[in-house]
Amino acid sequence: MAVVAVPKPSEESKTKITGQPNTITLRISRSNPSEGQEAAFSEFQIPVQKWTTVLEAILYVKQNFDHSVAVRYSCRQASCGSCGMKINGKPALACYTKISELNSNVVTVEPMNNFPIIRDLAVDFKQLISNHKKMKPFIIREDSEVTPESKEFIQTPQDLEKYLQFSYCIKCGLCNSACPTMATDTSFIGPQGLAQAYRYVADNRDKGKDERLKIVDDSHGIWRCHFAGSCSQVCPKGVDPAMAIQLLRGYLLGFRK
Amino acid sequence: MRESIIMKIHYGTALGAVALVAVHILMRMSQKFSDSLQYQNVIANYHFLPYALMLEVLLILLSVHGFNGLRVILLELKQGSTYEKMINYGSLAAMAILIAYGSRTILMAGMGVS
Repeated sequence: MAVVAVPKPSEESKTKITGQPNTITLRISRSNPSEGQEAAFSEFQIPVQKWTTVLEAILYVKQNFDHSVAVRYSCRQASCGSCGMKINGKPALACYTKISELNSNVVTVEPMNNFPIIRDLAVDFKQLISNHKKMKPFIIREDSEVTPESKEFIQTPQDLEKYLQFSYCIKCGLCNSACPTMATDTSFIGPQGLAQAYRYVADNRDKGKDERLKIVDDSHGIWRCHFAGSCSQVCPKGVDPAMAIQLLRGYLLGFRK
Repeated sequence: MRESIIMKIHYGTALGAVALVAVHILMRMSQKFSDSLQYQNVIANYHFLPYALMLEVLLILLSVHGFNGLRVILLELKQGSTYEKMINYGSLAAMAILIAYGSRTILMAGMGVS
């Protein structure tokens, strides 16, 4: 009979498992532009375990210290894209970022860049949603696969591969927040919208390529991307908007059909 | 004009300018650099028609590329329809003025007018 020896926990890990939780300082940016209130930081001492996420720490503050902290959240599992914010200076999802990953006893949370602030950590997504809608994020074609006489549109795994990663976008806005062009050009479509345009252009069921290319071929469209690549770096779902933009440019330059 | 056409012109003029600037530098290297800047040698360049034409093309490529680049930078700095119109027409005018002024220099030097 095989005997499996359970490794003895080291002294350090014993402390981690059985000891008191660590305490960190959570600095939350507080502001209310509608009342002319400038941004200032509120600091809170939060007990954390190794699995505590930044969102959980913020919710701990709301439950125990100050319920007026404004934060948008919903699913707590990186599916809804609601809790995007700047965590220690980098755009990230609060529910998907563990405090233990940050390797710091001080965690600073701020609202995302390049979005108008509603209050504290909540930002206005109006422009992101409107740019997303502008890209016509649906399959455009005359016929339909739901009418009785029609058939399912067949796609090979290779066809699917062309756009699959771009369909994982959860519209969290982190890419737009990290984009240096968005910081100066408020009319820029942004990496989120452009990546969604590519997602449908690359879908072989779609017939709206020319329509979408016309929309992105604007003075504040696809050509304003400087390929900094920060959008792809911060995406929590592994979408690569910078690549989508370059591939979309290929259609406009005539390299791709 | 669609932005993609403008950007194709932008990339094309960049490639063309790189090639012609390379020729221009190589021509300087055909003799000692200080000799290449002697008055007679410089004037001789303008009297040599193919080289004068190359300088004219280089002037056009650099003006178009440079002012379009400036237009792009200015459009990213500030937005607004009046401002954008002003920048678009302003950069076109600047291109035309620079090309006209440079062409005048090339023509005058080529014809021996000082």
